[in-house]
Amino acid sequence: MFGDYSIGDLGSIFVMQGFAGLILFSVYVLMALGLAIIFGQMGVINMAHGEFMILGAYVTWMTSNLFQAYLPSLFSGYFFLAMILAFLASGALGMLVEWVLIRHLYKRPLDTLLATWGLSLMLQQAYRSVFGAREVGVELPQWMLGSLHVTDSIEVPINGVFVMCLTVLITISVAYVLYMSRWGRQVRAVVQNRIMAGAVGINTEKVDRYTYGLGCGIAGVAGSAFTMIGSTGPTSGQLYIVDTFLVVVFGGAASLLGTIASAFSISQTQSTLEFFMSGSMAKVLTLLAVVGILMLRPQGLFALKVRK
Amino acid sequence: MVINSRFFNRSELMGFIALAAVLFVILPLTLDVFRLNLVAKYLTYAFVALGLVLCWGYGGILSLGQGVFFGLGGYCMAMFLKLEASSVENTKIQSTPGIPDFMDWNQITALPLFWQPFHSLTFTILAIILVPGLFALIIGTAMFKRRVGGTYFAIITQAVAAILTILIVGQQGYTGGINGMTDLRTLKGWDIRPDHAKIILYFVEVVLLFACIGIAQFIRLTKLGRILVAMREQEDRVRFSGYSVANFKIFAFCMAAVFAAIGGAMFALNVGFMSPSFVGIVPSIEMVIYTAVGGRMSIFGAIWGAILVNFAKTSLSESFPQLWLFGLGALFIAVVLAFPNGLSGLWADYVQPRIDRLFASRKAKAGWTDNSVADGAPAE
Repeated sequence: MFGDYSIGDLGSIFVMQGFAGLILFSVYVLMALGLAIIFGQMGVINMAHGEFMILGAYVTWMTSNLFQAYLPSLFSGYFFLAMILAFLASGALGMLVEWVLIRHLYKRPLDTLLATWGLSLMLQQAYRSVFGAREVGVELPQWMLGSLHVTDSIEVPINGVFVMCLTVLITISVAYVLYMSRWGRQVRAVVQNRIMAGAVGINTEKVDRYTYGLGCGIAGVAGSAFTMIGSTGPTSGQLYIVDTFLVVVFGGAASLLGTIASAFSISQTQSTLEFFMSGSMAKVLTLLAVVGILMLRPQGLFALKVRK
Repeated sequence: MVINSRFFNRSELMGFIALAAVLFVILPLTLDVFRLNLVAKYLTYAFVALGLVLCWGYGGILSLGQGVFFGLGGYCMAMFLKLEASSVENTKIQSTPGIPDFMDWNQITALPLFWQPFHSLTFTILAIILVPGLFALIIGTAMFKRRVGGTYFAIITQAVAAILTILIVGQQGYTGGINGMTDLRTLKGWDIRPDHAKIILYFVEVVLLFACIGIAQFIRLTKLGRILVAMREQEDRVRFSGYSVANFKIFAFCMAAVFAAIGGAMFALNVGFMSPSFVGIVPSIEMVIYTAVGGRMSIFGAIWGAILVNFAKTSLSESFPQLWLFGLGALFIAVVLAFPNGLSGLWADYVQPRIDRLFASRKAKAGWTDNSVADGAPAE
């Protein structure tokens, strides 16, 4: 199969394939960051995570339509406002869900899975009723179209570069918030020992609500970034939920670094394999490898040593 | 049928009689063949729910991959039926006669090796039990021996369901792809499509279901069932008492897999096709929903859950397709939040005490002292 390509072509193909993998990596990281907080830190299995992401995507779509209709002169910058709105909308919905549903279930993690699955069904139907069953796509501003010519044979799309920069930025902010800020310390304290955290004066209920809201908000931003590279439908979120859980579990549930490392290895494996075989077989082999490694090393790549 | 009074306590006996009366007498007499066939379809999920009661309700192992075993059983059956339907006379117009139509469409010219043994019915029946059983054994051994459980197990079984679906859809030439295996016609020359065949298949299925209920009840009552419950409540204490927790978990998981596979095989026979839409993540979670709604701790409850939720699904999605998903989602949240033991929990809390009181007051009138409550206490 390599006979038809020159060495230079082959190099370019690997670079382009690697770049496609990097875009997939960005989507995985954005999805998995929120889940790593909700599942990794709080232990809640949030099956509705994909639907929070889709909410962000729909908010972005609505914002772009609004700008097109009323503020066409500012259209090139709508995305930044849309991202903030997506964060706020998903975060607010997340806090509401935590208050109504999740806070009753912290002691029954398996039941959060079932309850949030019910929630995801309802959200999907709500999207279908409000936005229609058909997939929608946002119109990209002019500066995001086209691609950068790195060499003669290597081209990278600008929207992909943008999404990657966004991912890096969001990852750094999340890491800062969790590991540097006072609030992040409170979150980690509550996760490690809820009773002691309460005893030293941390309002654990409030911390729980904001943590869940933050995780959902990041999912919203992920959805917002997702509109740059794909179209959005009521059930798009469901396509990613299993992959995202595997990314988080594979990385070691409570470790941000692990999440990023596992998102990178899974996405690169998949996009490299896609060059050699059909997309579905590439996916099957990747998932099989992940499941196989998890059977050998159930705690994931980077495990925190915590005394239970 | 003689039922040992120790095998079922009084309320279970009532549940048994009620279910038998409905399935053997009332439904066949009142429903037309089309509706009866729908009930047969719902009952295939009852097999899965029964397995989940053992594995999830008693063993505490939540598997989100029951669709995998349902699908493996169903595909084994469907492969046999498909081979019989693709005899050389039936497939004359193909470029390669004698192989299933979807293989011909995908330019495959010879029957693949793993299809060959499915010419034999004996092999097929063995495969329906053994293939999912062995698969569950492998997954279970790999996971439970390394003490992976709870949420991790649920997520990994879910990933297995995703993998199998992608594989079936992707390997169209060998599996029929997204359309699945359609146009199944005869079983050993006996046409499974006309009305009288559907009625016979319905009764075969109900008999099999009661056989499985018997097995499940037997497991529940023996020491094995008690160890499962003990394991769910205090896994470490069971381990420190010298039991191999992993082996009991593997057993419960394999039993659930085999029940699900029998359900899948009956599905292929009753409904006449098998497709990946019964294998993946969504159907697997729906199977958990049936069990949760009916009551994860109750054998009869889970079966009623499978029948009632599916009945509601059919009738609601026929008339109000939009409401159905809202209803299902809300039902699920309500079951988890408000009544974790499902319908059977509600029955035991609200209906059963009244019935007991009724019996007790009759006995009191007859001048007996009331010690029947002690007999009627649950066996757990």
